[in-house]
Amino acid sequence: MTIRDQMQDALTGHGADFVEIRLEESDSSRIQYRAREIEEIGRTSGRGGSVRAAVKGGWGFVSFNDTDDLKSRVKLAVEQARAVGGEKTTLAETQPRVADVPPVLVNDPGTISLSDKKDRMDHYNDLIWSTPGIQSSTVIYGDNRRRVHYVNSEGAAVDQEFVHVICYIAAVAREGGDVQQAGFSIGSLGDFSLIEGLDDEIRAVGKRAVDLLKAPGIEGGERTVILDPVLAGVFAHEAFGHLSEADHVYESEQLKEIMVLGRQFGQPHLNIVDGGAIPSLRGSMEYDDEGTPTKRTDLIRDGVLVGRLHSRETAAKMGEAPSGNARAISFNHPPIVRMTNTVIEPGDASFEDLLEGVEDGVYVRNWYGGMTEMEMFTFSSGEAYRIRNGRIEEMVRPVKLSGNVFKTLHQIDGIGNDLDMNQGGGCGKAGQSPLPVSNGSPHIRIQNCLVSGA
Amino acid sequence: MADLLQNAKDAGFDQAEIYRITSQSQPIRFEANRLKEATRRDTSGAALRVIHDGRLGLSATTDPAAEDKLPARVKELTPFGAEASFELPGPRDYPQVHIYDEAIELLTFDGMVQTGQTLIDAVRKDWPELNCSASVSRGVHRQSLVNTAGLNVAFPQTSYSVGFGGELVRGDDMLSVWEGFGASRMFTDTDWMIESLVQQLEWARDTADTPTGQVPVIFTPRGVSAALLRPLLGGFNGKSVMTGSSPIGDRLGERVIDKRISIFDDPTIDGAIGSRPFDDEGISSRRLALIDRGVASNFLYDLQTAGRMNATSTGAAGRGLSTLPGPGTSVLDVAPGDTPYDDLFLGIKEGIVVERLLGAGQGNEMGGDFKANVSLGYKIEDGKIVGRIKDTMISGNVYDALSKLEAVSDKAEWVYGSLRTPAIRCLGVEVAAAG
Repeated sequence: MTIRDQMQDALTGHGADFVEIRLEESDSSRIQYRAREIEEIGRTSGRGGSVRAAVKGGWGFVSFNDTDDLKSRVKLAVEQARAVGGEKTTLAETQPRVADVPPVLVNDPGTISLSDKKDRMDHYNDLIWSTPGIQSSTVIYGDNRRRVHYVNSEGAAVDQEFVHVICYIAAVAREGGDVQQAGFSIGSLGDFSLIEGLDDEIRAVGKRAVDLLKAPGIEGGERTVILDPVLAGVFAHEAFGHLSEADHVYESEQLKEIMVLGRQFGQPHLNIVDGGAIPSLRGSMEYDDEGTPTKRTDLIRDGVLVGRLHSRETAAKMGEAPSGNARAISFNHPPIVRMTNTVIEPGDASFEDLLEGVEDGVYVRNWYGGMTEMEMFTFSSGEAYRIRNGRIEEMVRPVKLSGNVFKTLHQIDGIGNDLDMNQGGGCGKAGQSPLPVSNGSPHIRIQNCLVSGA
Repeated sequence: MADLLQNAKDAGFDQAEIYRITSQSQPIRFEANRLKEATRRDTSGAALRVIHDGRLGLSATTDPAAEDKLPARVKELTPFGAEASFELPGPRDYPQVHIYDEAIELLTFDGMVQTGQTLIDAVRKDWPELNCSASVSRGVHRQSLVNTAGLNVAFPQTSYSVGFGGELVRGDDMLSVWEGFGASRMFTDTDWMIESLVQQLEWARDTADTPTGQVPVIFTPRGVSAALLRPLLGGFNGKSVMTGSSPIGDRLGERVIDKRISIFDDPTIDGAIGSRPFDDEGISSRRLALIDRGVASNFLYDLQTAGRMNATSTGAAGRGLSTLPGPGTSVLDVAPGDTPYDDLFLGIKEGIVVERLLGAGQGNEMGGDFKANVSLGYKIEDGKIVGRIKDTMISGNVYDALSKLEAVSDKAEWVYGSLRTPAIRCLGVEVAAAG
């Protein structure tokens, strides 16, 4: 029997409203440097599966590494669901799909030898150290191949395979108790080439870490800020992406009123989309982890909320169409509503247009991270520069920025024409982190954005 | 299950160690005020770590059928590995630490459901508009270490945790409140969590204007956890010390913050999450002063970083299945001071209370800097809390702020089960807010 046959066989006579089985095999490699030396080089293989069942609106979920006796796992998941359920299972209708999707491979890291990978990272680490004044460095390379087999009780059977590559570079400089750091991360779906040819960026990182020791701080408060495409991508993810995930909204009458389709959230030049169907990016896939085909979902069109991200359950409960956004980071977790590739669409402004008229502002680039809690969110820059009279001047210490979804999107008053994607990130939610996602944007300008001291 | 150590010996490695974990966790989750999901997670796996020709190698798997392949994989990797600066340890004496409680294994599904539902129903009696979620979880984790130096040790650890919270939506103003606790021993008293949640809701009933600039800040025990400890203790990690990126790496024995602050790493506290008789390399646990009355006293080392620094391991090694061990904290114990909690507020004309942060840690913390949005905090006016502050950010440097210490409360409280700390009032924090 094939794996798919075994999985389908385990579903017979399940006795629930809905059951799905996921089995996974994975293989990852990692090379990590700390300071001048290699710290760790390792290889991990994984195998495991999970069963999720729904009975009367309640969910049961079991996960395991030993995949031998699937039938008993199905039984246990159904028992769990039965113990929870007391309402009605509601899942949006989807056409059950049968598919076998090969991985997206441009330059397969699996075909490159470990010693070649290590040579490249040796070279990158040496480049960081070529800057005088470096105290320490971190270089991390990782690749991961993951094959997922999925079947459900409605007849869907989807096999998919993903290959991800990531690379993280950081340089540290220190003077007494002052420790400064600069770095970046980059990733790709199945393309080792994207982490080749980073020499110039890496040299710049080394120099920036050392220069930061001399960079002045800045006082916190409301300021005009211009975000580069990478940080603006993080902004899109935090500022609106999370609040458009329907699992925050679908059980709350008040939030449904507030997040009602048709509400104006930004000026008419603002357009935000998300979609796993946008090809060849870290969040790209043909089917989500419920076997629903992915698509491209308009979230904000002409400044107006027009759509949101759904699983089959949230879509059914809100009377909207499933969007293919139910994702599980691995077999160890149930699929929940997640972003894929989130993008602020480009406008007309050149970078010079955005700078024009900014008397006293901050140009923020690159990123450390971002977080969202209800209507508030943060996004932290990796680089910051003062803008005076329309000109970029001295580098300052990187600031953290804060926004409020009901105010900040309206305060975007300039959208550039230079879309670029940030592929170095991962998203965390409900203990599932880091999920491969991408985000992107052109340069954008925000008026009166709250900036931390630095 | 393969006799992996024997296989490793047969493969001819100079030294070898097998780290094996088996764990089971059973969380239940409540959403929108009622039970939504029951989960059971079984995880197992093995890692082979070797020292061969003076170099370190590691490979791990969660696939029982792939365990046989580990020696061959490690053999391929080790020539590229880091130089080992230690030898694997043999058996030694370990302290008694109580981290297993059969009562947790005997918990029933219905009992767990009742615990969660009782909390939700209790708080919604007075706050019916609160949209509550909760989770109640129990687990048992077993780990074992065997190595070619004769070590052969294992321990089981139970865990039980209860967390619940709610969201309040008033027009475009949203509030999220949360409370929780975890332990390796069973606990049944959860009434204090209801009181805590109601307290947060009451303090946040009104919204107040944020006082900006340098104002006195009271970090509640949760605020201390969110803002101060990570940037402070990063500098005590053996890896930062080893690479020279710790701001206090060359200041051992010197006063680095106010003398009213003492911080211990203590994996021997019974019942705490993170306690253990020995660390993830088999080194005995001990209570270790990191900061003793303001003086930097000890750094956290595992075997490898200790070897590099001509020090001895402090029993601080932690590891995931698929990575080499590294030094880290286990259970943090911050000594209480002498100010009654209510007196912390005395004499503050305008200040803030920090309870929870958003975005902390996402930035350069290596020098002790912190910056974050205050996702839950309050304004103090004339010594009293007058309402919630929003759209507010704090920034500062932890060494600076804890040198400008004003008071430390006289009771240390557990925060989520692996940290015990008093509340701290200090200056040196810059507060910024949107208008």
